Amino acid sequence: MAKHHVTATVNGDSVEFLCDAQETLLDCLRDQLGLTGTKEGCSTGDCGACSVTVNGRLVCSCLMLGVEANGQSIGTIEGMARGNELHPLQRKFIEHAALQCGICTPGFLIAAKSLLDRQPNPTETEVRYWLAGNLCRCTGYDKIVRAVLDAAAEIRGA
Amino acid sequence: MRYEAPNSLDQAVALLAHEPGEARVLAGGTDLLVQMRTDLIDPILVVDIKGIAELRQITEEAGGFRVGAAVTGAELKEHPKLKSVWPGIVEAANLIGSTQIQGRATMGGNLCNGSPAADSVPALIAAGAKACTVGPKGRRELPVEDVMIAPRKLSLAKGEIIASFLLPPRPAHTSDAYLRFIPRTEMDIAVVGCGVCLTLDSKGKCSAARVALGAVAERPLLVAPAAQALVGTSVDEPALQKLAAAASAACRPIDDKRGTKEYRIKVAGVLARRAAVIALERARKV
Amino acid sequence: MQEKVKEPGSEFEYVGHRPDRPDGVDKVTGRAKFGADFTMSGQLVGKVLRSPHAHARIRAIDTTAAAKLPGVKAVVTAADFKDQPSEFIPAGEMLINYRDVVRNVMAREKALYEGHPVAAVAATNAVIAKQALKLIKVDYEVLPHVIDVVEAMKPGAPILHEDMYTAGVDPAPKTPSNVAKRLEFVLGDVTAGFKQADVVLEREFTTKPVHQGYIEPHACVASVSEDGQADVWVTTQGHWIVRAHCARLLGWDVSKVRVTSSEIGGGFGGKTVVYLEPLALALARKARRPVKMVMTREEVFRASGPTSGAHVRVKIGARKDGRIVAAEAELKYQAGAFAGSPVQPGAMCAYAPYDLENVKVVGYDVVTNRPKVAAYRAPGGPISEFAVESVIDEIAGKLGVDPIEMRLKNAAKQGTRAAYGPKFGPIGMVETLEAAKAHAHWRTPLKKNQGRGVASGFWFNIGGETSVSLSLNEDGTLSLTAGTPDIGGLRASLCMMAAEELKVPLDKIRVQIGDTGQLSYNFLTGGSRATFSSGMATVEAAREVKKEACKRAAKLWELPEDAVEYTDGAVRPAGPNAGKHNPMSLKQIAGIAGKTGGPIAGYARINAAGAAPSLATHICDVEVDPDTGKVSVVRYTAIQDAGRAIHPSYVEGQYQGGVAQGIGWALNEEYIYGDDGKLQNPGFLDYRVPVASDLPMIDTVIVEVPNPRHPYGVRGVGETPIVPPMAAVANALANATGVRFTELPMSPPKVLKALDEARANGAAKI
Repeated sequence: MAKHHVTATVNGDSVEFLCDAQETLLDCLRDQLGLTGTKEGCSTGDCGACSVTVNGRLVCSCLMLGVEANGQSIGTIEGMARGNELHPLQRKFIEHAALQCGICTPGFLIAAKSLLDRQPNPTETEVRYWLAGNLCRCTGYDKIVRAVLDAAAEIRGA
Repeated sequence: MRYEAPNSLDQAVALLAHEPGEARVLAGGTDLLVQMRTDLIDPILVVDIKGIAELRQITEEAGGFRVGAAVTGAELKEHPKLKSVWPGIVEAANLIGSTQIQGRATMGGNLCNGSPAADSVPALIAAGAKACTVGPKGRRELPVEDVMIAPRKLSLAKGEIIASFLLPPRPAHTSDAYLRFIPRTEMDIAVVGCGVCLTLDSKGKCSAARVALGAVAERPLLVAPAAQALVGTSVDEPALQKLAAAASAACRPIDDKRGTKEYRIKVAGVLARRAAVIALERARKV
Repeated sequence: MQEKVKEPGSEFEYVGHRPDRPDGVDKVTGRAKFGADFTMSGQLVGKVLRSPHAHARIRAIDTTAAAKLPGVKAVVTAADFKDQPSEFIPAGEMLINYRDVVRNVMAREKALYEGHPVAAVAATNAVIAKQALKLIKVDYEVLPHVIDVVEAMKPGAPILHEDMYTAGVDPAPKTPSNVAKRLEFVLGDVTAGFKQADVVLEREFTTKPVHQGYIEPHACVASVSEDGQADVWVTTQGHWIVRAHCARLLGWDVSKVRVTSSEIGGGFGGKTVVYLEPLALALARKARRPVKMVMTREEVFRASGPTSGAHVRVKIGARKDGRIVAAEAELKYQAGAFAGSPVQPGAMCAYAPYDLENVKVVGYDVVTNRPKVAAYRAPGGPISEFAVESVIDEIAGKLGVDPIEMRLKNAAKQGTRAAYGPKFGPIGMVETLEAAKAHAHWRTPLKKNQGRGVASGFWFNIGGETSVSLSLNEDGTLSLTAGTPDIGGLRASLCMMAAEELKVPLDKIRVQIGDTGQLSYNFLTGGSRATFSSGMATVEAAREVKKEACKRAAKLWELPEDAVEYTDGAVRPAGPNAGKHNPMSLKQIAGIAGKTGGPIAGYARINAAGAAPSLATHICDVEVDPDTGKVSVVRYTAIQDAGRAIHPSYVEGQYQGGVAQGIGWALNEEYIYGDDGKLQNPGFLDYRVPVASDLPMIDTVIVEVPNPRHPYGVRGVGETPIVPPMAAVANALANATGVRFTELPMSPPKVLKALDEARANGAAKI
């Protein structure tokens, strides 16, 4: 079976790759494009470690085929910082110790950014429910929620 | 596996109808890809319908709404009017999975996946929605409650796709609500799901109602006796008790890793009552 | 709100503060490389064929068709691994046996659980590898299986190992059984003790196996060169352990194997053993190409160690005033397919928070047709202490004694002899109880359908073999290499301790975790030992650097060595010579290193002793939905003795993470098996770990009763936090409903059923 040729935009850069029909976008990002920041935790859409944005929409990349990315604009963790300048969420995660092992962190950052892009002043409850699809086994979520709320405050204030 | 992305419904139907092997529709993919990954299915052909414009649109029609079957839960939530007219349907679709899932999952897929626990289906049934299909024999409409027969079994023909859901014009003082019971706060498949839609007359009495239950039988159920318990009443405590009893009585659930029979029967009654109260409060305001 | 009872941050310049961790940027940008993020050129994809049966004799395996499939480069079965004689070795805080390890990584005579590996292939891509697995023919003789610990102990139960005769029983049994071991800890005379009691309560508890739940599945890349040099990249808590196991199983000298630990995406004890690594090496050796193997989430659940499910009986007698006069426990823990449940540490910890004269704990290690259990955060402790803390709470209620007061009356202190042997040095049991009593949480009024519970917990923590190297670079900066993988802030803490010793800024020290070729032996990250042991070694290495720096300056200044000291970040002449020479910074010392003898470094190789227990007391508020039995945790405070919190944020993080796992264990997590012995919920959909919306903020209080055996007073903190939550939740639930729950998880159907029964008897509060 011939491979599909996919052209897409990833973090603002034009990319192309070949993939089999059944390869997921997650597989393609990691194996074809070498972007290993997006992680596979479950491959069934239950853990959120593979979170990316597609045309600005938060999705699980393990639940998308690579071919579906054709012509779409994908956002991954590698595109979150601007040069040497970390996004406020990234800074706040470090500051608040909102990561321990760090495997869930890229997914959380992408998901949290997606929230703040839509709702700049979320409540604690809104943050928790928006992020319910991102599992963390290390932190108990406390410091993650604080980091997101603090980043939101900084972005609003700036 | 072959992947096709037609941009017309007729093309999609033809592809699906003519494939002798296992062919699947790909909309949000949030069930399909999971089943592929866990080796439950191994389709020869996957037909991506997201390129077909009419399946992605929400339009107002004949006083009601036509919701494309491939509109995502997130898009439903963002529609300026739909949430205020059918809050139950929108909240149901947005309970599926997580924010990430809602970014892709569609009501068409939720129904056609054939799970009795699908979240959006009881809300659609309670609203009296119709599934509008296109197939090799042309177009037809059928009540949503007639689409699913049994787990993973639909009443649709080979090659027949749901194109849209037609939501009827909503009379004054009508609203809906969907509740589900899950052991956590998010992320679980419904142990019980209940959609209630009711209409109040000018005196505040219930003049019409529809009650649907999910996850308590081999398919989502429209429970007429539960609705009858409300009609003609002011949805007071005795009516709610009758409603709860009728809901519990309609259940024919199984024991599985998500809940026991006896638990589902009990909780169906509890949810029916709570959903009716929410629908009532909403109906009083419109 | 995070509080500390003391303010140690003001005592030190670096230790006790909250700097950014040095590995933080890599982790928030996606740059950090975890197990599955590594590739080697020409690598193949390895996949495992697993038994579909819970118990079966393997009569034959035919791999010829698979080996012939184009693209398949190697196939292995048990025939590719030499059998191992029985030999016990430590695995974290548990013991494993090489004879069992070789059988767990690849089934030999029998498949002992659904998911047990029976063969593995390496192919050029995943699709071909999967096809190859389908072509392997295995002739199974399916046997009856047993998965429940109580059932497995009954006479007539299917026997897993024909040569298992219960150890620790006298006279030794003549017939095999599924009970690998019986153990017992005794202090005083419980029979006499119970006679003095005004109240005696006996209760039985059951818990289900739960998985560590790390978000990163097991993953490794292995290569073997034509001359037998092996390299492994792996996500692990202990790369020297991986090296030892792989060398043993593959029949190699240890020096031939180099293991690099990737960043690790969670372990909690579950990554202290090997699963894929020996298979990947065997395949790589055969294929002469690197092999990458990554478990799917389903494989993680079907085939990697959960912790034991158990049956526990607890009997406690107390006087009217709350003083416990006798305490008994019988623990039946299931080990999974091979011996080695954490019943021993469970037995050791059961009553350890308390100063008791009469204690008897008996434990049974029982095999069942489930995956072999692996360590899970305080292995064995949460189970036994859940039972004990529940009964203590119930007795307090019966006596009308406040539950915190009851624990204070019986609290272990410095000098208390534990039932398992040692006399405690200073410990913080009383301090955590007092802090709980004084905390605003304890006084806040409850709302409708809410209840409050308190529970304490103990874990002993370990030290162990550790090596750390600290080199002074030519420009006066430092390179620090440690060998315990960093699972949550270790590098920050080590950097801080080194900075504190040397009085240099944190950003002048770059810390890394070295591979097995770069340091001497390091025991794994587990047992809450990394900050303690690697910290101790780091301090020793830093002190060596200081000493050597002084020696070099003494040479330059022509002073005796003891006339030179290192203070305030520089080398200075001391005593009568003070002021005779300008102080020299490390940079200046580095400048003269070559001509005074060579590079300057500290290289600590220790067996860290003096690890001290960490005690905790937790307060939990729950709210119950009376019509559905759903339990929500609405407030939680975790108070624990850290000895000294090197980096308070990461200490708090350990408290909060352990609490979240304990809450999951209490309310929703369990392995669900069918009658066919197959796992029905091998995924995060139906194996229900807490999500962000399930939990409130988890308040923490760091108590500090310094450990006198550590240069900075450190106690391990990682494990104790998971010990109290199950009882804290159960006690809160009892307070809310009037019903005692003795079966975990306390999921809604069970809670509703129990509530309805209690209501029928007029015993329910809601």
